[in-house]
Amino acid sequence: MSDDARENLPEVDAAPDLDPKPDDEVAAAVLERFAGSVFHSSHGQPVVYVGREVLAEVAAMLHDEQQFTMLVDVTAVDHLLDGERHCPAGVVPERFEVVANFLSHPRNRRLRVVCEVPADDPEVPSLTGTYPGADFAEREVYDLLGIRFRGHPDLTRILMPDDWVGHPLRKDAAPSRVPVTFKGDPSPR
Amino acid sequence: MGLESLGHSFLTAPLEDLVRWARRNSVFPATFGLACCAIEMMATGAAHYDLARYGMEVFRASPRQADLMIVAGRVSQKMAPVLRQVYDQMVEPKWVISMGVCASSGGMFNNYAIVQGVDQIVPVDVYVPGCPPGPETLMHGILTLHEQIRTGAILARREASASGGAEIQIDTADLVAARSGD
Amino acid sequence: MSTQIDDESEDRLERQTTEGAQEIHGSSREVVVTGGPWPDDELGDTMIINMGPQHPSTHGVLRLMMELDSEEVVRVKPVIGYLHTGMEKTGEELTYVQGGTNVTRMDYASPLSNELVFSLAVERLLDLEVPPRAQWMRMLLVELSRMGSHLLFQATNGMDLGAVSMMLYGWREREEVLRVVEAITGLRMNNNFIRPGGLAADLPDGWQDAVLDVCEVVERGVAEYDALLSENPIWLERTVGVGVTTTQECLDLSITGPILRSTGFAWDLRKAQPYLAYDQVDFDVIYTENGDVFDRYRIRLYEILESIRIVRQCVERMPDGDYRVQDKKVTPPPRARIDESMEALIHHFKLFTEGFRVPAGETYVAIESPRGEIGCYLVSDGSGRPVRVHVRGPSFYNLQSMSPMMQGALVADAVAVISSVDPIMGEVDR
Repeated sequence: MSDDARENLPEVDAAPDLDPKPDDEVAAAVLERFAGSVFHSSHGQPVVYVGREVLAEVAAMLHDEQQFTMLVDVTAVDHLLDGERHCPAGVVPERFEVVANFLSHPRNRRLRVVCEVPADDPEVPSLTGTYPGADFAEREVYDLLGIRFRGHPDLTRILMPDDWVGHPLRKDAAPSRVPVTFKGDPSPR
Repeated sequence: MGLESLGHSFLTAPLEDLVRWARRNSVFPATFGLACCAIEMMATGAAHYDLARYGMEVFRASPRQADLMIVAGRVSQKMAPVLRQVYDQMVEPKWVISMGVCASSGGMFNNYAIVQGVDQIVPVDVYVPGCPPGPETLMHGILTLHEQIRTGAILARREASASGGAEIQIDTADLVAARSGD
Repeated sequence: MSTQIDDESEDRLERQTTEGAQEIHGSSREVVVTGGPWPDDELGDTMIINMGPQHPSTHGVLRLMMELDSEEVVRVKPVIGYLHTGMEKTGEELTYVQGGTNVTRMDYASPLSNELVFSLAVERLLDLEVPPRAQWMRMLLVELSRMGSHLLFQATNGMDLGAVSMMLYGWREREEVLRVVEAITGLRMNNNFIRPGGLAADLPDGWQDAVLDVCEVVERGVAEYDALLSENPIWLERTVGVGVTTTQECLDLSITGPILRSTGFAWDLRKAQPYLAYDQVDFDVIYTENGDVFDRYRIRLYEILESIRIVRQCVERMPDGDYRVQDKKVTPPPRARIDESMEALIHHFKLFTEGFRVPAGETYVAIESPRGEIGCYLVSDGSGRPVRVHVRGPSFYNLQSMSPMMQGALVADAVAVISSVDPIMGEVDR
């Protein structure tokens, strides 16, 4: 390993662009291409809410045109028991949300893409076509929350045993607590 | 089993003591490190808190060659049958130390994913509390086990409870229904 | 041929050799002698074997199903879930103060990184700014944690590849790091010390000398490992050119950390998207070009030295001040005040039973853990317990690199590759 290797850092923007201006250009590009998307700044982070049918196309656009080199994470949220649901104006809240975080190394910026997924038809297109790294993450979302990813090559359980019934991270699945017992109590087992 | 099938008498006592001495001083643990406790178990085997002073630094990979299974870490639903299989492969006399609170009782994870206490699956001889138990605590547990081996208390207890300690209840009705309905 | 075992067993042998031997007890099967190589199409080319989940070198409970063509790996499928703990479900039941105890057990080799990312996410939702001393203290602890994790890697990596003494040497230095972490936080592992709002307690007296001593000891240790392994021909044979990956592969598979840096891509969140006080300290991002096992070993070795550099700067420049934010709604009052003030008592009680409320919202915060980008996606609904605590564990994604890395490798190389990916199953399965 040579000394000058240490100096060759990748080209990054002078200041990491984590505080988006209201006209964050990537979000603007997404909003322009996909009608009905909504931009929201969440504590300084750019978030775009898109329709679930176009999720894969948004990902493809980010990858091919906007230099978002890495899909950092795919996850989902079950909002069934929310006290106070924060949802930006223009977005129809559903029970589930699928959340994808993207990172662009050359432009040193992040973008979060959220889509609402209804409980009666929990299906979204898979991102594995553009980002193969979504493989395990989508299987985990299917396993724990029951949201199907259309086009995923192997959508099977990944964390729970293969014959497990149910999706444990859903809010209507109990955490299944063994009650605490004290000395002299009959054993719960 | 060998020693236990001999009738106990004043003649066999020195022989029993010798055998128990040998068993106590050459316990070979099986590698069954699962989670954070495995790190502390490795630390116990390392140079600072040396397990080699008891002749126990050789962690046998094959359960057939081991006589102590230190269940170090949380046992998940998927891992439970593997745990039982490894335990079954061990040859008698065998002992189990449940290391850490997750193995002893499910620990802080009182939920769907963790078996609430490894004694639901295998008979446990010594429970070592801690999250994770430091090497000194684990050694105290190991010495307790050695003491039990030395006095023969373990084997007496095993014989008393006919099943060997663990009672496994499998309700197959749910599994069958789930498989046919899924 | 059956043998009758009866009471006259002493005579049996004699009887067999004189009487029984001439009788042909046989079946009607014909024994035929064949020779020549076994025809390929009848046997099938490949064999599927299973490695783990209980196996000395699968770094925790990882199961690999490997399809082998004699000794070469055709493809490999990691099967995970053997340590699935339901931590994300448990996290929804715990308050934000308790949340640290839960997440800290995910990446149990560097627990303070998990706590840090969770605390940063909560503080972001609260729009809370922690004081400078808290930032620097957090940085000190996270770098000590990184040192411990990389020393663990050196130990287990060495042992997996056959340099069994490395196990003892790596743990020897790690014990020193754990000793100083115990002096500061109270626990060796799973510390629950970095909490939303700051830290649980201040640094103890005399911490500077303790930390500097540890830095010296670890530096000597690293020099020893370097001298032992980096030019050792056996080590080089086993690691150079093994498990090669490329930058494009890593980016496609969402791989971060030393694996990505070994391919010639110097991406480290501490430099690219600084958090805490990393933009105020001097350190280098270590990266190499070849993307093989040797490179990853070398990167982690040098990263220990960079962590020591940062730790020394923390010792020199630790600011004075509060170790936690003085917001009564988030921070418990000092213990002495509880005896004097009713309000302090009530605050303490409410904080530790109910916990504080976090306004509704969602955020994703990422830091650089020893394994790569660890992120916490936190969703809150305004109550005292989160709606969703999701941790983006770097090892979860890094495991996807095993399949391309092991293409065409030998079975012996598979162990080297697993070891160099350095997965911690706690954060893979959560």
